[in-house]
Amino acid sequence: MSKITLNNLSHSYLETQNSDSDWALRDINLDWQDGGAYALLGPSGCGKTTLLNIISGLLNPTKGKVLFDDKDITTQTPVERNIAQIFQFPVIYDTMTVYENLAFPLRNRGMTDVEIDGRVKEIAEMLELTKTLNKRASGLTADGKQKISLGRGLVRSNVNVIMFDEPLTVIDPHLKWVLRSKLKELHQKINRTMIYVTHDQTEALTFADKVVVMHEGQVVQTGTPVELFEKPKHTFVGHFIGSPGMNILPCQIQNGTASIDGIEISTISQIKKSDFSKTEIGIRPEFVSFDKKGIPAKVLKVSNTGRHKIIDTECNSGKIKVLSHSSKEIPSGSVFLSFDKKYTYAYGDSWIIE
Amino acid sequence: MSLELKNVEKKIGAETHIYSTNLKFEKNTINILLGSTLSGKTTLMQIMAGLDKPTSGEIWFNEKNVTGVAVQKRNVSMVYQQFINYPNFTVFDNIASPLKITGISSDEIKKKVGEVSELLKISGMLNKKPHELSGGQQQRTALARALVKDSGLILLDEPLANLDFKLREELREELPKLFENRDCIVVYATTEPSDALLIGGNAATLEEGRVVQYGKTIDVYNKPINLVSARVFSDPPINISDVKKNGDTFSLSQDSVKWKSKGAGLKDGNYKVGIRPHNITTYKEGINNVEIKGKVLISELSGSESLIHFRNSNMNWVSLSNGTHQMNVGQEAKLYMNVDEFMYFDQNNNLINHV
Repeated sequence: MSKITLNNLSHSYLETQNSDSDWALRDINLDWQDGGAYALLGPSGCGKTTLLNIISGLLNPTKGKVLFDDKDITTQTPVERNIAQIFQFPVIYDTMTVYENLAFPLRNRGMTDVEIDGRVKEIAEMLELTKTLNKRASGLTADGKQKISLGRGLVRSNVNVIMFDEPLTVIDPHLKWVLRSKLKELHQKINRTMIYVTHDQTEALTFADKVVVMHEGQVVQTGTPVELFEKPKHTFVGHFIGSPGMNILPCQIQNGTASIDGIEISTISQIKKSDFSKTEIGIRPEFVSFDKKGIPAKVLKVSNTGRHKIIDTECNSGKIKVLSHSSKEIPSGSVFLSFDKKYTYAYGDSWIIE
Repeated sequence: MSLELKNVEKKIGAETHIYSTNLKFEKNTINILLGSTLSGKTTLMQIMAGLDKPTSGEIWFNEKNVTGVAVQKRNVSMVYQQFINYPNFTVFDNIASPLKITGISSDEIKKKVGEVSELLKISGMLNKKPHELSGGQQQRTALARALVKDSGLILLDEPLANLDFKLREELREELPKLFENRDCIVVYATTEPSDALLIGGNAATLEEGRVVQYGKTIDVYNKPINLVSARVFSDPPINISDVKKNGDTFSLSQDSVKWKSKGAGLKDGNYKVGIRPHNITTYKEGINNVEIKGKVLISELSGSESLIHFRNSNMNWVSLSNGTHQMNVGQEAKLYMNVDEFMYFDQNNNLINHV
């Protein structure tokens, strides 16, 4: 198992680059500890698949280095890197039995039958495949087949990293949690470096100890699920994590204090500079409440989701969503809103001001 | 204006796809058909549109019997789950296509396409082809085409299902606003209870070709008439367990979890309790709580909320708490159930109203 380091990594699919948007990846620096569970999270087009392909060796980066245990492997082939990869769709041999499917990656590497038998049975036990070992893979359901794919990825004990690319896409929504549980349990048991790529926030936050959020080719934040929710370092993270996402409002910054519609807003940020081209306040709907004073706003709409009320309001600077308990009475017409200071952040050019 | 299904039934061969259905939708309403895949939503919509004929029964539109009238002769628009646009037309021509066959002037067409594309925030894309657009923009184009002619009936068959989570959130919010101030009846099919609640309006729960319940969306959610309706209208799935009532005490049949209830007038005996996941939390909610313990199967984190799956009394339970609560697989968890939100069902699976 290995520690993985990405050093000033940039990639472009174009011959020459004139602007930021010509880069699929921009200046990525990451340190992934041996044995950690990580996720790469972002919408389609954010660069996460490009990054995955660079780590697996399918793509050579335009700039920068990939290191496994501090050794530069940027020019190594995928085979030399010794990694396992699990894809969206099950990759298995239909004509082989489940046992042979699991044994295949080991046979290719010349292990003895006795060694193979031990490994296959151990992995089958973990994935609850023991009873189907002698069955043909072709007869299994989609989630059964995907379990074999997972097993084939996990069966080799010496790989540097196991990478998952949206592995639960084909799984029935009602069964997803079962496989999520299995994956989580497996990581707790075998403690290998795992990288999980997805656009689904639940998938990423459930699997990983640390989530890397990507946006337009950049890493905008690496953090635990709690950090991403409570302290988004970039307005995109605030928007993307949580439902509804964070309220982002334009603000003015003067002498170290921020204000919206002329009303001073206390933030947790230490604002030392103000030469940004764009300044904003970010506050999650969970931390906005109706008050006797604060920002004047109008209630536009109340939606009852059964367990919450989501209230759409509007102040002079824009719309503000408020989340409240479904049993709470909601005022109508003109109201005042106040923000919980502990979770109110100022952003300069989309990045948090600290 | 109204749309009425009178004893509509649909059989294919010996198989019944829609059992005798009566529904009446009024002018300026959004009506949600909520049910899982194969519950009959699409079949019902096709019958409403005139794309399919019922085996028996009648469809009335504006107090006129329109059973068997072809879709071309009805004033209907439909949007599907797949983004359906003409690939070689520009966005403008895609939206304008239903107007062109009506023979109105090109100035009028320009004006109408302009208005509707403004509403759907795609006015900057009118000269592009569908393949140059994101999924969300493609579906906006299909919606614009449905809205550009003044249809009396607009049918939306899972229009958000193929969109990414955030795009879905955005478009779902805009949808009800699109239909404000329009003289039309909207029918919206979805598998997602949260879509239904956020869109509001009226809802019909469906299962295996039967309409189980119809009413104001929030009322159907809060007071499902039976376990079927409760199940259809719960995601994550509602926890259902056998309970025993003895005096003023309820208890889970196989466990020591016990609670007092206002169940006055209810005979002692066996019942079923339905507990929605958000009424089982890692913290105490409401006035009356009861503790439940279990072995964690997984905690799923969605960002602002945590779903903890756990096992108790030979049953898998799902709980939903605000905030991020990471628990290890196999860990013992202690949670609290909000007793005042429990729903009780009799042995025929019907809701007991007065508990």
